[in-house]
Amino acid sequence: MISSAVLFSALELGCIYALVALALFLSFRVLNIADMTTDGSFTLGCAVSATVAVAGHPFLALPAAMAAGACAGAVTAALQTKLKIPSILAGIITNTGLYTVNLAVMGFSSNVNMMKNPTVFTAMQPLLGQLYKLLPTALVTALAAALLVVFLNTRLGLSIRATGDNPDMVRASSINTGFTITVGLSVANALTALSGAVLAQYQKTADISLGSGMVIIGLASLIIGETILPHGKLWRRALGAVLGSILYRFIMALALRLDLPSECLKLISAAIVALAIGLPAIRRPKVKGGAQC
Amino acid sequence: MLTLQGICKTFNPGTVNEKRALNNVSLHLEAGDFVTILGSNGAGKSTLFASIAGAFPVDEGRILLDGEDITGQPDYRRSKYIGRLFQDPLKGTAPNMTIEENLALAYLRASERRSPFSMVTGADRRNFRDRLSLLELGLEDRMNHPVGLLSGGQRQALTLLMATLVTPKLLLLDEHTAALDPATAAKVLSLTQKIVAENRITCLMITHNIPSALALGNRTMMMKDGRVVFELSGEARQKATAEDLLKAFHSQGMSSDRVLFSAE
Repeated sequence: MISSAVLFSALELGCIYALVALALFLSFRVLNIADMTTDGSFTLGCAVSATVAVAGHPFLALPAAMAAGACAGAVTAALQTKLKIPSILAGIITNTGLYTVNLAVMGFSSNVNMMKNPTVFTAMQPLLGQLYKLLPTALVTALAAALLVVFLNTRLGLSIRATGDNPDMVRASSINTGFTITVGLSVANALTALSGAVLAQYQKTADISLGSGMVIIGLASLIIGETILPHGKLWRRALGAVLGSILYRFIMALALRLDLPSECLKLISAAIVALAIGLPAIRRPKVKGGAQC
Repeated sequence: MLTLQGICKTFNPGTVNEKRALNNVSLHLEAGDFVTILGSNGAGKSTLFASIAGAFPVDEGRILLDGEDITGQPDYRRSKYIGRLFQDPLKGTAPNMTIEENLALAYLRASERRSPFSMVTGADRRNFRDRLSLLELGLEDRMNHPVGLLSGGQRQALTLLMATLVTPKLLLLDEHTAALDPATAAKVLSLTQKIVAENRITCLMITHNIPSALALGNRTMMMKDGRVVFELSGEARQKATAEDLLKAFHSQGMSSDRVLFSAE
């Protein structure tokens, strides 16, 4: 069956990618925007983190990556709110532009290697022993989730939630939607970039293609989480996103155990997301047909 | 309190659809004035509200609130001290947020000198509970329920509470009971009267119901073709009956089925 090494790595990866699920919880569920910047800002996080870590600052690399991600989110928000570009297209435009930016950050190379450089994890190794990878990732994710929940109950956070929930109400109240969307997308992409930043140091390498399909993986995790913990208060939904991400990694580990080629995983993820989001539409015709009467 | 000086607004100028919605409207409200506004469809009542709230820039004229010129101020800044209710009860609240979260949002937005990261305290929550219990709808025991589960009347009452939680300088009520059933409408109207009186809120209310236009507030005005054509206040208003007002309505060449029915 599954060895403890596989178990650990699934937990660790689950915690790291949970940050993307939290980011999509904010953009997709709270703000009601399908943020296509996700793939690019994840890679941006990887690239910034690796470059700064190679320069000798593995801890500084994390806030630096978050700041870069927040900027990417702000660009998407500006395209959407200032230039009135539809939200999905705005994300795709930023995402496309980020490809060049990400290459530039890595010195116009498609990958950066950190094998000989200290990372957040190697710095922790003497202190934490065997748990040197799991504890920091779990801590970062728990902290990010807790801060996100607190933030969403502040004046600004409540305004962001209202922006996604009832645009009519927001237009008539003292909320500047351009501002709330900008803050929301910036925070979401900062979380995504943080995920990429931790992953790059975790696997000691950054690659230009690491972020591809990330938005779908994040959505799949989010939806799995919503299935485990449906409805409820904010903290329950945030916890659901984290658990969903961990469960997703276990499913992937099992799939690999079944000798499924790793190339298949994205297709499986895509199918999970399509099915989960499309489920209400699939159920409806049965009711119309009167099969239950 | 509120002064409008020669407000003009024309939609689609220079096209076949040109519509002069507001034609040199001037108006002065003292603090605590409660003005009811009558007029047939297209008279410019809602346009007047939208220009006071800042939904679009006016073509000409000035808007002064509490001595401050707010003519060029964006709507989100004005709505900090101008409360607004619409006919559609779904427009004023966020359905997936709880009653408490909706109140928290309204309270934190309207309070002065608070940081964007401010949160409601236990004392604030108790205050919300007390204010909710004044509505006598039992909402104080459902603070953690999503607003989407409430009825239209309950949502409109909640919206009214949200708009007045921090006393606004001006309250704009745009037919806020028109979409409710008669019993609920009466309840929301009496709540409106109570809240406005208790907090001495300066208030403008659009209505199609002549009896309630006379029963509520201390002034009544009638609009037609973007102008204020008729005004009643003081003794003359106290003596006036619904029939007098209906006559005035017709003498201005106005007719509206909704007004005719409501006067009976």
